[in-house]
Amino acid sequence: MALIEISNLAKHYVSGEETVEALRGVDIRIDAGEFITIMGQSGSGKSTLLSVLGGLNHPTAGDVEMAGVKLYALPGEKLADFRAQNLGFVFQSFHLIPYLTALENVMLPLAIAKMDNREKRTKAKEALEQVGLEAKVDRLPSQLSGGEQERVAIARAIVNKPHILLADEPTGNLDTKTSVEVMALFRELNKSGQTVVMVTHNPENCAYADRTIVLKDGHIVVEAERSFPVHDRHAGKGTLEGC
Amino acid sequence: MAFLTIGLMVGIATIVNLVTLTKSMSGDIERKMDEFGANILVTPRSNDLSMSYGGISLGGVTFDQKEISEEDLAKITTIKNNRNISAVSPKVLGGVRLAGRDVLLVGVDFEAELRMKQWWKIFGDTPKNEGEILLGSDAAKTLNVMSGDSIEIKGEKFKVSGILDQTGSQDDALVFAPLKKAQRLLGKEGKITLVEVAALCAGCPISDMVTQIAEKLPDAKVSAIQQVVESRLHALDQFRRFSYGVAGVVVFIGALIVFVTMMGSVTERTTEIGVFRAIGFRKSHIMRIILLEALLVSLLAGLLGYASGMGAAKLTLPIMAEGKNAVLVWDTTVMFGSIALSLVVGILASLYPALHASKMDPTEALRAL
Repeated sequence: MALIEISNLAKHYVSGEETVEALRGVDIRIDAGEFITIMGQSGSGKSTLLSVLGGLNHPTAGDVEMAGVKLYALPGEKLADFRAQNLGFVFQSFHLIPYLTALENVMLPLAIAKMDNREKRTKAKEALEQVGLEAKVDRLPSQLSGGEQERVAIARAIVNKPHILLADEPTGNLDTKTSVEVMALFRELNKSGQTVVMVTHNPENCAYADRTIVLKDGHIVVEAERSFPVHDRHAGKGTLEGC
Repeated sequence: MAFLTIGLMVGIATIVNLVTLTKSMSGDIERKMDEFGANILVTPRSNDLSMSYGGISLGGVTFDQKEISEEDLAKITTIKNNRNISAVSPKVLGGVRLAGRDVLLVGVDFEAELRMKQWWKIFGDTPKNEGEILLGSDAAKTLNVMSGDSIEIKGEKFKVSGILDQTGSQDDALVFAPLKKAQRLLGKEGKITLVEVAALCAGCPISDMVTQIAEKLPDAKVSAIQQVVESRLHALDQFRRFSYGVAGVVVFIGALIVFVTMMGSVTERTTEIGVFRAIGFRKSHIMRIILLEALLVSLLAGLLGYASGMGAAKLTLPIMAEGKNAVLVWDTTVMFGSIALSLVVGILASLYPALHASKMDPTEALRAL
């Protein structure tokens, strides 16, 4: 059985008298251990899809079934609990809490868990080790480079051992070299069994993924396995531009 | 947050200052009241109306036929509020001829009298035995005697042990003798003409005490001497009401500052709150975070506000109270009250911002998502 099943998902935004169909008729299946990139131009609905996947954005129609749980059938606070236990987010501009150290930032998702403080600390340290930042646990975000901040953000996202790691443009604010390092880190995490779903603009990033989904005007136009040569413009169900 | 703390602190400081000033000043006035002698007068019940007005007595000294028995005196100290009584001064009055002049002889218990009339300044000594008397300044002048002189009353020789400095009151014209002696001289053994009672007045119910004494002494007339003190208390009461009014406005403004600052802070931290929500914090967690913050800031503001309010009160009290003897009242109720008030205002004013924060849409908050 798939880890995530999405069928006939739709999300409409009403702005004034206009209704924007951000997503329509989206069907996705994600298996445990997959690395998926979601691509598309601005306004294609990829960010909306990620937020719906992350239990942050109620869809207009359809639901997200994750590990047998229908997310949007859960009452609000239970959905928050589900996020705390089963989801990890990496945000575009890292969104670290500026007045907390790297370790404290990573401990944040555990703050609400019933766990003694020492255990939280140990788990946070393990996560920081996984991203190679064990030497800088006591630094404030302002004392870290962009790439290091990104790593802290990744550590924070995986500290609760989530079913799925959701990342939004994780390389958007990084230089090429650092981007490569960060993508390598995602790949590494994925190899150790972590399911990753990443929204990205950067076509180079899909080289790391098992599968790339391209959205346009709110629906999937391409779904391509990496086994297809990335330069093959007629790969999969359609054109995989740029990859 | 610093702005919020200072805003709330200034509010609390203002309130502490006003409350402490009011308290200190009423303490001052209560002490004055105590110092200014009797505030309860016990006289024999009489059907005649007084013939004196403003210290001018018409038709000479009126000798009331009725008197209080000396035995009744002890009953006054048995009333329920007896611990508020600071002095009971019995007096016997009677006219005597002294060196060819009519004077009013007052038999007093000097110990009690002096405790009550602390403004008395005596040139010479207080009478120590039955053979000594004390003269008012006018009486001494009229009779042309000095302290240390001897004087004869009804054939008995007395030594003038001391003379009172001008008091501007009826005391100036009187001759004071020890109570027992005066009773014998006037032929009123065991009788008392009037009793003056001084009650310690820090919040004591004078009217209650009047009623209580009246119950014990059904044959006497018990009245409160209050006009002067009353008017000062009235003024003080107005000041108190004014300061409570100001305090109310200050609390309101303080709450407004907390509200606006908290709203601003919540809006400013939209992203942060979005992150908290995205990583699984419940709405109730967000509320708790904001309210905890409000609690800490209010606690700090309360402590600082109390300290600076008391400091300001210490500086302003000498200006506000004319007397030098107004003492700053350090009241733990004010301390805990001000901190509690700060907490209540801080938290109540943060409730809506906290609710607002908890209801923020995490997707909006993170925009990028």
